[in-house]
Amino acid sequence: MLSIRNLHASVEGNPILKGIDLEVRAGEVHAIMGPNGSGKSTLANVLAGRDGYDVTEGQVLYRDKNLLEFSVEERACEGIFLAFQYPVEIPGVSNLYLLKTALNSVRKHQGMEELSAVEFLKLIKQKIKLVEMKEEFLHRSVNEGFSGGEKKRNEILQLAVLEPSLAILDETDSGLDIDALKVVAHGVNSLRNEQRAIIVVTHYQRLLDYIIPDKVHVLANGRVVKSGDRTLALELEKHGYAWVAQNPDAAAAPAVGS
Amino acid sequence: MGSPANDIDRLVKREYKEGFVTEIDSDTLPPGLDEGVVRAISEKKREPEFMLQWRLDAFRHWLTLTEPQWAHVHHEPIDYQAISYYSAPKNEDGPKSLDEVDPKLLETYEKLGIPLEEQKMLAGVAVDAVFDSVSVKTTFSEKLAEVGVIFCSISEALQEHPGLVKRYLGSVVPAGDNFYAALNSAVFSDGSFVYIPKGVRCPMELSTYFRINAMNTGQFERTLIIADEGSYVSYLEGCTAPMRDENQLHAAVVELIAMEGAQIKYSTVQNWYPGDEHGRGGIYNFVTKRGACRGRNAKISWTQVETGSAITWKYPSVLLEGDDSVGEFYSVALTNNRQQADTGTKMVHIGKNTTSTIISKGISAGRGQNAYRGLVKVLNKADNARNYSQCDSLLLGDRCGAHTFPYMEVKNPTAQVEHEATTSKISDDQLFYCRQRGLSEEDAVSMIVNGFCKQVFKELPMEFAVEAQKLLDVSLEGAVG
Repeated sequence: MLSIRNLHASVEGNPILKGIDLEVRAGEVHAIMGPNGSGKSTLANVLAGRDGYDVTEGQVLYRDKNLLEFSVEERACEGIFLAFQYPVEIPGVSNLYLLKTALNSVRKHQGMEELSAVEFLKLIKQKIKLVEMKEEFLHRSVNEGFSGGEKKRNEILQLAVLEPSLAILDETDSGLDIDALKVVAHGVNSLRNEQRAIIVVTHYQRLLDYIIPDKVHVLANGRVVKSGDRTLALELEKHGYAWVAQNPDAAAAPAVGS
Repeated sequence: MGSPANDIDRLVKREYKEGFVTEIDSDTLPPGLDEGVVRAISEKKREPEFMLQWRLDAFRHWLTLTEPQWAHVHHEPIDYQAISYYSAPKNEDGPKSLDEVDPKLLETYEKLGIPLEEQKMLAGVAVDAVFDSVSVKTTFSEKLAEVGVIFCSISEALQEHPGLVKRYLGSVVPAGDNFYAALNSAVFSDGSFVYIPKGVRCPMELSTYFRINAMNTGQFERTLIIADEGSYVSYLEGCTAPMRDENQLHAAVVELIAMEGAQIKYSTVQNWYPGDEHGRGGIYNFVTKRGACRGRNAKISWTQVETGSAITWKYPSVLLEGDDSVGEFYSVALTNNRQQADTGTKMVHIGKNTTSTIISKGISAGRGQNAYRGLVKVLNKADNARNYSQCDSLLLGDRCGAHTFPYMEVKNPTAQVEHEATTSKISDDQLFYCRQRGLSEEDAVSMIVNGFCKQVFKELPMEFAVEAQKLLDVSLEGAVG
């Protein structure tokens, strides 16, 4: 589904990603881990097409199409969803309204009928149970006055409503207490299926206790320095990121640690 | 992906073109203003003698005044002798059918969802003299007459109810109040008159009827609304659709009088021609709007959505004379291209326990300049007066401006006056967030701007609120993408 080859990207002229290679197939859950400043969030933002992240080299194929040519909203409509590390507040715009507008934009793009207000309400009432949110949240302004946990749950609600093909969760676990973490993980797990791929960007292995990844990649200094299965995350937890630097995947990043 | 700066650039370049038509008509006074013109206007309207005297007094006073210079707006000097002050209502010089109307204008009407008959009217198409409006008007009039509500043009009121007009006209905005009000008092063309009898709740919002009635009221409009004890009226002025208009200078006066326990809700949507992107053409809108809460528990609410005109100079105000009376001001003002708006309110607390609320939302785009100017005045006998003011500005792009001039004069130590002000930009984060959810940039901007205005829109009557939202969408069209 997603094929990243030798991806280099800069922010304000500073190279952050320095040759990322990654293959993600439908049905898989990949975890991307790494210390602060390793390029995890940059990768997520580059995939979503955010302004200010300049790709300087390499390519990204999404369903065999050149993803980098698409605008932000085209990527979204083609089924790429980014759960934000810091969800944005939009005063005066109700959660419900944003969700309905978003879903109908995506449906329209995909040649599907737009949902009426009644149909949408029916759908949303079912989805909101998944993240254990009260209905009143739907009528509040987008993320305004939400606690950290509520914001993250709201991201997962959007994910559940938009049903993307590729979901990228950017540090969704940061700032969550254990109960909220479980709710978020439950929401994500219930969306796992054969057609959908999920990339979980996280600093800590804790989230991976609840969302079991198929593959784990460790990023350091803008490259994937080690890939493995779930046990890699557990090793990391035990030894810390310094351990990766000393024991890199020879094939993945020979230069790191030198 | 365009950078936000480029996107804003595109916003500035939205077009608005409707072709102004100017033709000489035999029933138009030649340009110029002197006592003879004032007399001629009064005579043509067959006004009672007191009205002529009132106009003449206003005119003589006007001669002693100079244009106010304090507003944060800039324009070429206006030549008051180059304006014609009387033009009989006419339909003949407009386009003959919608086919002759600028397609872009029609497109705008389409987007705003204006019914076909109304489109014709707004575009100035000569329609059959009777047309639907007559039957509509009759139905309304019958319903209103049943409860004793008087709703007619001010010219008609001068013929039918001269006593009421004489008693209240100029009682809130004196003829010599300010330069433009004095000019209006001398030469006002027409406008609306409303009287709601004691204890009557006006059975409908005075809107559609007004639209039909309001055509051709000219550039010096005069409105007088009196809500007698315990009555209620909601009055809607203006129209979301851009109106064809030949007059550059508009100087209206609106006076509201709310007696004990009465409530007046006055909503305006103003979308006159703003001029092109270089600031050419466009309406100068210098308006004096003021209401007086004359008795206990009276309440006056002004709600306005101002998106049109090259220059807007407008401060709907409330004199809180009665104890426990309430004044409210809710405003959205959008300036784009070279538009300039200096708008706000005055809340004058005179009675005890009086309360006022001010919510102002200014949106600036292009090279638009948007100023909030507000005065909260608490007189020394106004014990326990309360005011809350909130002024928020939203900037689109970096060539526009937002300015806030809050004035407070408090002469009573028990007063509580609060003022909050914020200035923000549509953030790249907000735009990215919405676009990542699948919205186009244009939809995202419109959603964020509408969200910004929500506090005001919710004060508008339902139907108007929907129109106002669509209007902002159209006004911001081309903002992005």
